[in-house]
Amino acid sequence: MAAADDGGKAHMAPYASDDSTTAGEGEDLRAARRRKAARYVVPVTVVGVAAATIGLVPAIADSGDPDLPEITAQQLIEKIAQSDVQQLSGTFKITTDLGLPDLGGLESSLTSGAMGSGSGDGSSADPSAKLTELASGTHTLRVAADGPDRQKLSLLEDAAEYSLIHNGKDIWGYDSASNEVFHGTAEESQGEKGKGRTEEVPATPKELTEEALKAVDDTTSVTVDGTAQVAGRDAYRLLIKPKQSGTTVGAITVAVDAKTGMPLKFTLTPSSGGAAVIDAGFTQVSFAKPAASTFDFTPPKGAKVTEEGELDGAAPEHGGAKSEDELRKEFEKEFGGPKGEGEQGKAPEGGPEVIGEGWNSVAVFDTGGEGVPSGAEVGGDMGGFLDSLGDKVTGKFGSGTVFKTRLINALITDDGKVYVGAVDKDALVKAAESAK
Amino acid sequence: MSRAEVIQRGGEIAGARKVSPLWTFGLLRSELITTFRRWRTLALLGVLAAVPILVGIAVKIETGDGSSAGGGGPQGGGGGGPAFISQITNNGLFLVFTALAATLPFFLPMAIGVIAGDAIAGEANAGTLRYLLVAPAGRTRLLLTKYATTMAFCLVATLVVAISALTVGALLFPLGDLTTISGTRISFAEGLGRALLIALVVAASLIGVAALGLFVSTLTNSGIAAMATTVGLLITVQILDQIPQLHAIQPYFFSHYWLSFADLMREPVYWDELVKNLGIQALYAAVFGSAAWARITAKDVTA
Repeated sequence: MAAADDGGKAHMAPYASDDSTTAGEGEDLRAARRRKAARYVVPVTVVGVAAATIGLVPAIADSGDPDLPEITAQQLIEKIAQSDVQQLSGTFKITTDLGLPDLGGLESSLTSGAMGSGSGDGSSADPSAKLTELASGTHTLRVAADGPDRQKLSLLEDAAEYSLIHNGKDIWGYDSASNEVFHGTAEESQGEKGKGRTEEVPATPKELTEEALKAVDDTTSVTVDGTAQVAGRDAYRLLIKPKQSGTTVGAITVAVDAKTGMPLKFTLTPSSGGAAVIDAGFTQVSFAKPAASTFDFTPPKGAKVTEEGELDGAAPEHGGAKSEDELRKEFEKEFGGPKGEGEQGKAPEGGPEVIGEGWNSVAVFDTGGEGVPSGAEVGGDMGGFLDSLGDKVTGKFGSGTVFKTRLINALITDDGKVYVGAVDKDALVKAAESAK
Repeated sequence: MSRAEVIQRGGEIAGARKVSPLWTFGLLRSELITTFRRWRTLALLGVLAAVPILVGIAVKIETGDGSSAGGGGPQGGGGGGPAFISQITNNGLFLVFTALAATLPFFLPMAIGVIAGDAIAGEANAGTLRYLLVAPAGRTRLLLTKYATTMAFCLVATLVVAISALTVGALLFPLGDLTTISGTRISFAEGLGRALLIALVVAASLIGVAALGLFVSTLTNSGIAAMATTVGLLITVQILDQIPQLHAIQPYFFSHYWLSFADLMREPVYWDELVKNLGIQALYAAVFGSAAWARITAKDVTA
């Protein structure tokens, strides 16, 4: 700094100009100019150090895979089954990349459209409306649990948060952005409705793993694939791979906490390669008892409170609502992962028929309707969205439209049958033909 | 810079020929007084103070019939308006958060851009920079003083918004215990504490813009050009931050994590993005601060 001051003062001569200098002074000036240029090394160095830090620190922090005793896949699965974590709190990040076109603003118009027509007088604090938002993009959640009676799940949004709080017999949904509250009771939610909901959207790693493990049979290989560090904890990696071809599922990796047996991270990669379709895991987790106040909730003064019953009664049947509902169901199914077909049996609207087995199962619904509405019928953003997703196919079954994502594909025939599965287009067409 | 100001400064210089730490404070004090006495600065602060008043009155009028702002519309999503706006009617303290959320993206950094852009270039433009450099403070110390003054303005500007919002909120709306965005309740005193913390974080969020503006200010001899460039850069970065295709570089924009101050209203506080925001501001301050230093100490001051 002192040198800098000197340098500054040395060149304070206000009217120094290159034109009026002699040869000797020119030499001096050149040297001085070099010294001046040398000062710019400082900001450049700062940028360099910052870039290096940003680039290297994660690599250094990633201190390699932890050393853990060998374990078989069977033992690891048992560990998960025995896992009895009652108390935890943590931050959970979920990234879903279904390869849908980037919806941008359309996404919100789609959801608001679906929610708007599905529940005209509904509440933005309705849990099912909120949780479907998780089906695309990256979201940060916070979870806290203290025994079976008290849980809290918060979806972190920009300057707002959506919290779902279960405390005793109350279930509260609070949307801070609109200051709206949804209230339900636990008795009801343990009934058909609530159960359906949790199965539709398995959000914690534990549920996701259980879903995946249901599929363990001849069609699947399950191995322990080394160890990993997840949320600062040592974990085993359980690798689940389909043995069949024709499915869009490449592999499922579950990181299981070595100490508690609790699944910490769930990754689903598609067979087509590329980024994971679903990447959900804790970024920070603690197994200490969360503060009791975490689960306390009283609706803030002036908040609009919607009771669960009101919402169901208020849902009107709109003409355009069906296709939106279908899409919403697809989102949920996609989110449910490859085993989505399984739960559809418990879905409210009739049991679907399942063609094929294991990873290649294709669920068939008969909507009894007119098939998928064309883009022109629906009109607007929604129509463009449908057309951009669709892919016309014909076969023995007639003709239909295939909707593709990176994980779930669906064939909707013109006579109103819907074939859905985590399989590629050919397998869908084959399933549709075999059904005829 | 008027002639009178120069003479005033000259008077202080005469008193401290020997370079001492006190002299830096003298320079800083003189800078602060000069800056905060300008009509331009007072007008900027006045505009900033007016924002919460307008927001408060608008919300009061809109909700005069008992409905709540933001929510309750046909969308029911509460998507419109700045953050926290739907809670203002229930608790005036939320006006502080809303006002800061409303002014942080544009009004505040624009004001900082004006002050920072003018810091060096304005002196050069008025022909007073060389007089300042005649004083035995050295260019580095002058730069540090200018930066400290700009940061003081960041803090004052933020506090002006916060205090104005708190006053309007207290006059127009009820106060009391408040609900965090996580749904838990905190007492009014803790809410006030968090509001103060948020104001400090918002002020700190402006450090990056201040450094950038100061660097731009050393590049030119025209105060207007420096202000326009700084504000132009601010707008450009804000627009680029909205383009989804640029998501890979967006985390390095100084404005990217600005709204993370709202994370202080979560329970427990979510620190990730707050820390990133402060880190980015420190990085901008280091890079553009040192670039400004390199520029000003190597510059031929002719005016």
